[in-house]
Amino acid sequence: MQLVKRLTAALPLLGMIFAALGRAALAQTPAQLSNLPVLGAPHDWQMVLQPAHSPVKADMIDLNHLVLVIIGVITAFVGGLLVWVIWRYNAKRNPVPTQTTHNTVIEITWTVLPVLILVLIAIPSFRLVYYEDRTYDPDMTIKVTGHQWYWEYTYPDQKNLDFSSYIVPDDKLQPGQMRLLTADNPLVLPVGKNIRILATSGDVIHSFFIPSLGVQRYAIPGRTIETWVRVDKPGRYYGECNQICGTNHSRMPIDVVAVPEQQFQAWVVQAQKQFAADAAPATPHVAQAARVAAPLMTASYEEQH
Amino acid sequence: MSVTTHDDAHGHYDHKLGFFTRWLCSTNHKDIGTLYLTFALVGGTTGAILSEIMRAQLNVPHNTLVSTGQEWNTIVTSHGLLMIFFAVMPALIGGFGNWFIPLMIGAPDMAFPRLNNISFWMLPPAYCLIISGLLLGESGTGWTLYPPLSLSTYEPGPGMDFTLFALHLAGISSLLGAINFITTIFNMRAPGMTLHKMPLFIWAMLVTAFLLLLSIPVLAGAVTMLICDRNFGTAFFDPAGGGDPVLFQHLFWFFGHPEVYIMIVPAFGIVSHVISTFSRKPIFGYLGMAYAMVAIGVIGFVVWAHHMFVSGISVDTRAYFMAATMVIAVPTGIKIFSWIATMWGGSIEFTTPMLWAIGFIFVFTVGGVTGVVLANAGIDQILHNTYYVVAHFHYVLSLGAVFGIFAGFYFWIGKMSGHQYPEFWGKVHFWLMFIGVNLTFFPQHFLGAAGMPRRYPDYPEAFAGWNFVSSIGAYISGLGFLVFFYVLYRTFSSKEHVAANYWGAGATTLEWSLSSPPPFHTYAELPRIR
Repeated sequence: MQLVKRLTAALPLLGMIFAALGRAALAQTPAQLSNLPVLGAPHDWQMVLQPAHSPVKADMIDLNHLVLVIIGVITAFVGGLLVWVIWRYNAKRNPVPTQTTHNTVIEITWTVLPVLILVLIAIPSFRLVYYEDRTYDPDMTIKVTGHQWYWEYTYPDQKNLDFSSYIVPDDKLQPGQMRLLTADNPLVLPVGKNIRILATSGDVIHSFFIPSLGVQRYAIPGRTIETWVRVDKPGRYYGECNQICGTNHSRMPIDVVAVPEQQFQAWVVQAQKQFAADAAPATPHVAQAARVAAPLMTASYEEQH
Repeated sequence: MSVTTHDDAHGHYDHKLGFFTRWLCSTNHKDIGTLYLTFALVGGTTGAILSEIMRAQLNVPHNTLVSTGQEWNTIVTSHGLLMIFFAVMPALIGGFGNWFIPLMIGAPDMAFPRLNNISFWMLPPAYCLIISGLLLGESGTGWTLYPPLSLSTYEPGPGMDFTLFALHLAGISSLLGAINFITTIFNMRAPGMTLHKMPLFIWAMLVTAFLLLLSIPVLAGAVTMLICDRNFGTAFFDPAGGGDPVLFQHLFWFFGHPEVYIMIVPAFGIVSHVISTFSRKPIFGYLGMAYAMVAIGVIGFVVWAHHMFVSGISVDTRAYFMAATMVIAVPTGIKIFSWIATMWGGSIEFTTPMLWAIGFIFVFTVGGVTGVVLANAGIDQILHNTYYVVAHFHYVLSLGAVFGIFAGFYFWIGKMSGHQYPEFWGKVHFWLMFIGVNLTFFPQHFLGAAGMPRRYPDYPEAFAGWNFVSSIGAYISGLGFLVFFYVLYRTFSSKEHVAANYWGAGATTLEWSLSSPPPFHTYAELPRIR
């Protein structure tokens, strides 16, 4: 009974959230970034992959369709054979069993045919794996650092613009913001640009995962792992940390806002002011401290000798 | 002591031994098999209780049944490790393996009876260590134990060390068991039983034993390095000391991938016997079936990095592991089609074990084809670590391997206990489980496709619908599991005794020539195979 109550309690909330989806107003992002359509988020009772909003994801969906049809046919075929033998060869209908144990032709067929099907799948698969690996001509780079439990985004091409992106806690959610998916400072990207993504981590392994853009790489400390994305349309795309990383694993969303180039440049100028005013992020801060400290140490060393 | 008194003493061995001597100091393969099966029931029940807790938590979004993420992560870890090392492996390998390898090859016992005893007794302490990790709430890494999360900086408590030592004990247990199995199978087959005349269950156990022998030491190495990193200041996997977290993933999955075949290959063997028995036909394509298992075992060792497609391994590496992984579909397909061909032209009786075996073929096919999807590194980039993966491996393990266990249980319980199970309740058990597990895991494909990550105690509201359906399925399978306890009660309280070969003409292997239950010592005179 409690389960039913809980579920019914959740339903109006669900309705409210999805009714508000279309008019998502973003309280914490600048005006020019708000009112973007939510293009990359799961919806109620979804059964298929999230729609494609990058060329890589489009190819993934194509290949998945091909494979899905093949495995659907195979499963139906095996299921059909099972139903047939159950119906035709049950003890009532077929009281005297045959003693056939070999049939070379059929055994070769069911070995070779799967090989051919796999080759059919493998050809587009190889193409996709190499295509989604990296962009050889990136227009810009972003560096993504996973932390327990937030994401840090660095823009090396935009004067090392750097900020942290935390989840908006449940009690701070504005109407229309999706629980567990909305972050305070979204990752802002220009549309139509080949963006190189470099993922790393400051502590444990996380995974940078945006289903609708077809992006996923582990963020591993001590390593920098490369992938790429090109966002097709302005919009809002959501993802979640996808590698177990401690107690708040489910509470470090990836919130992406994609805007046209011009708006992106405007945002960069505004963000550089905003985040310079905020407390400086950890890495540059330490590096700066080291640079300041070094001459002093040298000086004292020279004075001593 | 003369030879005669020696033999006499052994002839009445079971009647003279006290409880302590018989069950704690046992060197008899049947008693040790029974211990393993009982232990698997304890481990499996614990793991199943944890699954019900997890599905109850995921019943609705924003649930607070499990209070913290850390608590959740610990439950996830314990559920995985319990089901793998303390339910599926002891049931299929230690339980049915110990009981039926000697009976089916016509050997008086295992090659190393005392080693057999210590193999079993490693497990209860290991179980206690896993449970202490769970109760302390300090093993929240998932069963994959990836550092740096499993290093002392992030999991400082002793619960994590307990869990790691539990893996060591369970690993040693499996390794000793594997050595025992291989020795027994190679050296103690009855005269005339050549390798190509061995029952398929024996082939399955032989392949499994080799997989254990070659993969467990790698796990032991990785776990030892992890323990050293945690406690003795080494930095094998800690990037701050020049170590490499990805190295651990390679070591872990070099063990971990063969491990999934370790769990499923014995089920292949059981299902082959059940299908053949109740179709009243010899197995179709015996050699193909045997060597398909060998092929799965061999290829299973060269595909491990398909668990690491997004760990930053190079694109050429991904391409290789993708191709190698897809190749596994070929021997697996041979097995599926050979089982169906065995039924083709047969005279099929739908007893409870046969239902489990046919159910196995279907769910294993579903789990197998989604494996082909996941093998595609290109698509795996968005399915990795999502519920699609959870659905896939539960279809092959929670449905596949577990259906294999139940097929074996219903097939052999009369032989092992001398009492037959109640047919009606066995079928109720099957249908509740079949509907329950499919309802639990099929919607998880949808959740994964929509992008729901695994190991989440809470999820965005959009995932609520299918999670609800999935939880309902879990409650139904839970009910099925309770029916199984009733089946056990009815079986063991039954007064009826079954004959030596209660399945009739279809059952042809050696164990059916013995009384049910078999005498404490079997094959005082070796059978001769023609």
